[in-house]
Amino acid sequence: MDWALLIGIFPQVLLDGILLGFMYALIALGYTMVYGVLEFINFAHSEIFVLGAFVGVEILLSLQSHGWLGRIPWVIVLVMVILAGMIASGLLAVTIERVAYRPLRHAPRLIPLISAIGVSFFLQDIIRLIESVWRNAFNLVYPTIEVMNRRFEITETIDVSVRSLVVIVAALLMLWGLHVLVNRTKIGTAIRAVAEDQAAASLMGINVNRIISLTFLIGGAMGGAAGVLFGIQYSLINPYTGFIPGLKAFTAAVLGGIGNVPGAMLGGLVLGLLEAFAASYMSLLTGGAFGAEYKDIFAFSVLILILIFRPKGLLGEVVRGRA
Amino acid sequence: MIQSVAAAAAVALSVILVTVFPRSILLFLLFQGSLLFVYVSRIPSWLRAALLGAGLLVLMPLVGAVNGYYLEVATQVGIFAALALGLNIVVGLAGLLDLGYVAFFAVGAYSWAIFGSPHANLIFGGTAFPLAPGWFFAFLVLGLAVAAMTGVLLGLPVLRLRGDYLAIVTLGFGEVIRVLANNLDKPINITNGPKGLTPIGRPPLPSWIPYNEGFYFLVLVIVVVVIVVNRRLEDSHIGRAWEAMREDEMAAQAMGVPLVRAKLMAFACGASFAGVMGVVFSAKQIFINPESFTFLESIGVLAMVILGGMGSIPGAVVGATVVTVLNLQVLKGFSLWLNELKNAGVTVLGYSLANLPTQLEPAKYERMVFGVILVLMMIFRPQGIFPARRRQRELAHPQPEPPSATS
Repeated sequence: MDWALLIGIFPQVLLDGILLGFMYALIALGYTMVYGVLEFINFAHSEIFVLGAFVGVEILLSLQSHGWLGRIPWVIVLVMVILAGMIASGLLAVTIERVAYRPLRHAPRLIPLISAIGVSFFLQDIIRLIESVWRNAFNLVYPTIEVMNRRFEITETIDVSVRSLVVIVAALLMLWGLHVLVNRTKIGTAIRAVAEDQAAASLMGINVNRIISLTFLIGGAMGGAAGVLFGIQYSLINPYTGFIPGLKAFTAAVLGGIGNVPGAMLGGLVLGLLEAFAASYMSLLTGGAFGAEYKDIFAFSVLILILIFRPKGLLGEVVRGRA
Repeated sequence: MIQSVAAAAAVALSVILVTVFPRSILLFLLFQGSLLFVYVSRIPSWLRAALLGAGLLVLMPLVGAVNGYYLEVATQVGIFAALALGLNIVVGLAGLLDLGYVAFFAVGAYSWAIFGSPHANLIFGGTAFPLAPGWFFAFLVLGLAVAAMTGVLLGLPVLRLRGDYLAIVTLGFGEVIRVLANNLDKPINITNGPKGLTPIGRPPLPSWIPYNEGFYFLVLVIVVVVIVVNRRLEDSHIGRAWEAMREDEMAAQAMGVPLVRAKLMAFACGASFAGVMGVVFSAKQIFINPESFTFLESIGVLAMVILGGMGSIPGAVVGATVVTVLNLQVLKGFSLWLNELKNAGVTVLGYSLANLPTQLEPAKYERMVFGVILVLMMIFRPQGIFPARRRQRELAHPQPEPPSATS
């Protein structure tokens, strides 16, 4: 076995894992916040994420076609695109909740889940339909912003691109913002109160429906931001891109303890790292018999193992006993 | 009396129309609709049985002789109806949402595909394979057993999970099976990866009828067997245990239902139907690859069950028919029609259809169909088109507090 190689690629893999982890963490927040409030898996969250990616690519493409992409400072472009993705995805999430989930809030548990799956499939094809009519293509490539492709060489074998740094910084900023929002503000208190006990919260004068909408808005916005960052990082998107990242982000949410906001962040990071290491090392360790193509299986196995042996997750003291 | 005449007339008329205009999809839909009408109309049961029997045994092959594609559709409907009936046991009767159902279908399909094609020689060496076509019938049983075993193996660790977690885990399992099928071409080539397996042997059928007609009858026989088994199961001890479990696990357990065993049975039964149909499917297609066993297929079968009504046997059959026909005929027909209009350069409201984007292919929008079905049914008619009697009563009075689904 080539130990030098194994150790040599370690920092690069670590970096990739962290990057992936932040991406999962951002998406996982949407799952975990909704689950915290409604005890319901928002299966359509992966499409909320994809919408963010598509809004981002549309804005960048139209800037490019007007020749403005190189002229506006890239930081402004970036902030604008992320904000637009957040707004679009947040509004979509709120709409979905109103149309497809709210009428089913008191139905048996599996009914809203099936509805959510339906919404997810519907949205995939709606995005495809709109892009097919509008652009005559639904596999889109993010236009490159020159600065983002610059790389810093740390050593000979390890380098980090500007866009990776941008993704990490943006993700950190948003996670921090969410943390403040949930823990330090009145709105955050209301969200936590509704998650704890809807009836009691409503007796305290909290408008439960509004808080639930707000939860979808915030979770959706995080998903939208993740979509834009995903597009910037991996550049190729299509309407079905969201499925696998969505599933993994859900795994991350369960891993961290579903319903738990810091848990989602931790779970995202852990899963991202595990997956990056599995993808890089599995092939080396098994002599090429099993390689990176099994990294998806790896994530699902983590999900199954966690659910069997520690269903409340790593930080999961928050799971309440309504189940 | 009027209904009897109307039903008989509808079937007869639609068959004549289909044979006269064999290329009209609308008329074929009319024919299928007339069979449905026969099923729901208030006519003497002997007449209903006679009309349905004539429709399925005589008229359908006749229509198939006029337009072979219709027979293909009917065969597909049969395969999916059996799949839907299998999933109906898991989702409808036992109330376990299985989102990876297609995995069991894949297990059955691959078990015949590997041994029924020359591929097995690569694994075992020699030239003993493909097995003689007659082995197909043995593999119906073998596929059943292997799929049921897979169901139990999956069920053992995960069945303690609560409903929504179980759904996600089965989804993950479905993906795992697909990824395995995609990648097990090394280190030992078992599945031949994304390239798939071909040619897969087809069962020997009597030579006095055309092969496709024969295959249609084979599928029909299997579907009838599946329906009979389903009905017997529904009224059996275990069927009642499943329904009790679906309604309230805690109460069922208190009444002495062994939860884990009942759930395992449900998983195994559902999986075994899928396994059998997998064997049939691979023989029908001659070629299979992992693309036939995606999450989309699982949701398609789920949409059939939901549309017809969870826990309802006629519902599952009707749901399978409607969804399959929508995908295979309505969407495709719409695509063809749109293309014809495009090529003819028709203009609508001053917009030339020739300018329509080329990527716009209505045939590709299966997901939208499934999605719309799932959402609309859940919001407006959760009991389905043909609700099961017990289910109907339950959903007519929604409880204020969701029944606790405990693990």
